[in-house]
Amino acid sequence: MPRVSLFVTCIVDQAFPKVGLAMAEVLERLGYEIEFLEAQTCCGQPAFNSGYLEPARAVARHFLRTFQGSEYIVVPSGSCTTMIAHHYEDLFAQDPAMLAEVERLIPRVWEFSKFLLEVAQVDDVGARFDGVVTYHDSCHALREMKIKSGPRRLLSKVAGLTLNEMDIPEECCGFGGTFSVKFPEVSGGMARTKIESIVRTKADTVVSIDSSCLMQLQGAMSRAKLPIRTMHLAEVLASK
Amino acid sequence: METTIKQTVADPKLQLAIYTATGRLMAKRSESIASEVLPDYQDLRTQANLLKKQAIENLDWYLEQFESNLALHGGKAVYCKNAEEVADFVLGLARERGARLIVKSKSMTTEEIDLNERLEHHGLEAVETDLGEYILQLAHERPYHIVAPALHKTRYDVAEIFSKRLGVENEVVIENQTMIARRVLREKFLSADIGITGANFLVADSGAVVLVENEGNARLTSSAPRIHIAVAGIEQLIPRAQDLAVFLQLLGRSATGQPITVYTSFLSGPRRADEIDGPEEFYVVLLDNGRTRLLADPEKRQSLYCIRCGACLNTCPVYRKIGGHNYPWIYSGPIGAIITPQFHGVMQDPWLPFASSLCGACAEVCPVKIEIPKLLLQLRSDVTAAKASEGKSGVELLAFRVFAWVMRHPRIFGFLGAVAAKLAPRVPKSMYPAALRSWVSERELPMPAPQSFRQLWRKRGRP
Repeated sequence: MPRVSLFVTCIVDQAFPKVGLAMAEVLERLGYEIEFLEAQTCCGQPAFNSGYLEPARAVARHFLRTFQGSEYIVVPSGSCTTMIAHHYEDLFAQDPAMLAEVERLIPRVWEFSKFLLEVAQVDDVGARFDGVVTYHDSCHALREMKIKSGPRRLLSKVAGLTLNEMDIPEECCGFGGTFSVKFPEVSGGMARTKIESIVRTKADTVVSIDSSCLMQLQGAMSRAKLPIRTMHLAEVLASK
Repeated sequence: METTIKQTVADPKLQLAIYTATGRLMAKRSESIASEVLPDYQDLRTQANLLKKQAIENLDWYLEQFESNLALHGGKAVYCKNAEEVADFVLGLARERGARLIVKSKSMTTEEIDLNERLEHHGLEAVETDLGEYILQLAHERPYHIVAPALHKTRYDVAEIFSKRLGVENEVVIENQTMIARRVLREKFLSADIGITGANFLVADSGAVVLVENEGNARLTSSAPRIHIAVAGIEQLIPRAQDLAVFLQLLGRSATGQPITVYTSFLSGPRRADEIDGPEEFYVVLLDNGRTRLLADPEKRQSLYCIRCGACLNTCPVYRKIGGHNYPWIYSGPIGAIITPQFHGVMQDPWLPFASSLCGACAEVCPVKIEIPKLLLQLRSDVTAAKASEGKSGVELLAFRVFAWVMRHPRIFGFLGAVAAKLAPRVPKSMYPAALRSWVSERELPMPAPQSFRQLWRKRGRP
């Protein structure tokens, strides 16, 4: 079995380590050897999305250096994967040497659910999760990577799990990185719209492949005192 | 600006009005482009994008072609650099012909240059004849939406505006309100000297102006008065008449979910000898007003592909929260957020490109495939660059430099994380930095995990 290198992302590393552990567990269960390179930090998206290209490039260079030897880089985030696989090219458009490195990197970077389905080629990881869940399509995964049915397919194979779809599964949760703190009322309003739809599904758990969306939704649902929790897909798939 | 956004978000009546109207337009759009009814929808988008690219990349050539073809039919092209030149042209013509009353059909381009105000300032009466625009003219408001200008007005609002401004009884039945407006506007149509319309498309190979509408007022505006002036941005050009087969399929569907709008008028030149109606004089104002400046940027010039369908507004979760009037210009929503900074300079409203979660819903529905999120990102870096060159970066640039430094030093990143995990639970909310205060104004804040992934992984031991 090939070795898999985890890029857990800065937010999972610092705030949601259980997601990283769950991802590692699922991959190990499938027989992969896991490596975690301690030099890893962030993909640079916060700076890039805020319009600070030089700082973003500096972080991107660090990422490229860190993972230059990894065959498979698996990421528990559609958003961070998009940053690496789509926007590094924009960042280094004027730098042919770096661009060549980026081109070598891109095919090695995998969003977690996509890796399971397309590389490991499994949809049933033998998980059991008793509960009613609803799946939130995170924007970058959905619109830039066309990830839509994959995570649902993985969820459909989980024993004991019922998937209830929202009426607006594709609508943004309102996070948007610094947008969430630059325009808090708008961001909060967007979260509330999404949550109304979540409540209508009668789900007890909201699942997504991006921890940042889940942080926004969990934060807003807790504020509204709703007894609904959020879980990353990896956590559901690691459940026994 | 902040307070107005806040007010809009906190106004349940307004929120419901925006949400219902945009939601209805979106649902109709989805039905009208479903694969069972329009299997080649995605191909049409690709074609529309390529045709617009062809037009915009060769705009000088198509403008001249349009101008000469228009002249063949007896129409006259009038190039105007800016709002003043358009107003001067119309005023000059009105003076020469002794015109006093102007009827107008809906046109974002004339809104863009405040044409009504400029004409009224010189003693002309300019009356909007699109129902929504007429309501707003009476209420002294600017359009709330590119396609549905009075989207934020309920019928009760309209009843109030009509009774106050027209002196009619309080009338809340929409059909009756329409009849009130119709009675007033019919009189205006019959006595107007000049009709001013916009142009949905300018067709280069035939010199035709194409108008798309549902109320019939644009057709009346362009045919009843003696003089017809169509005011168009130069980017509204398309190469060939046959290209309308692409654009007309997309415009109605994207805007209102109509396979085709109720009226589609092809106007080329004034009334001919054997015709019984139509204007005696026909002018097409070709307005620059900053558009050639947008052409300078090879990437961002795609902003000029826009055919003003409004689909990006309807699908935008930000527009649907903040509505149309919190945008600094008459072009609202995602398209407004990318063209306003390019027309006015990024430093006039530096917050605008940042007022987006970059969800990308706009790009998904854009019939001409403008890469709106990508352009928003470029405009964001234009803003930070402009701030830096003006010495106005503030602490944000410093913060991101520190961020980049920390992120290149994994041990320091890990150490700072561990410190934050220890300290965070003990810091009272009142001492939070601004960004965190902003976060907790709407949401609970997750605490950093007591142990980070890297700490846990070390303990777990390498397998």
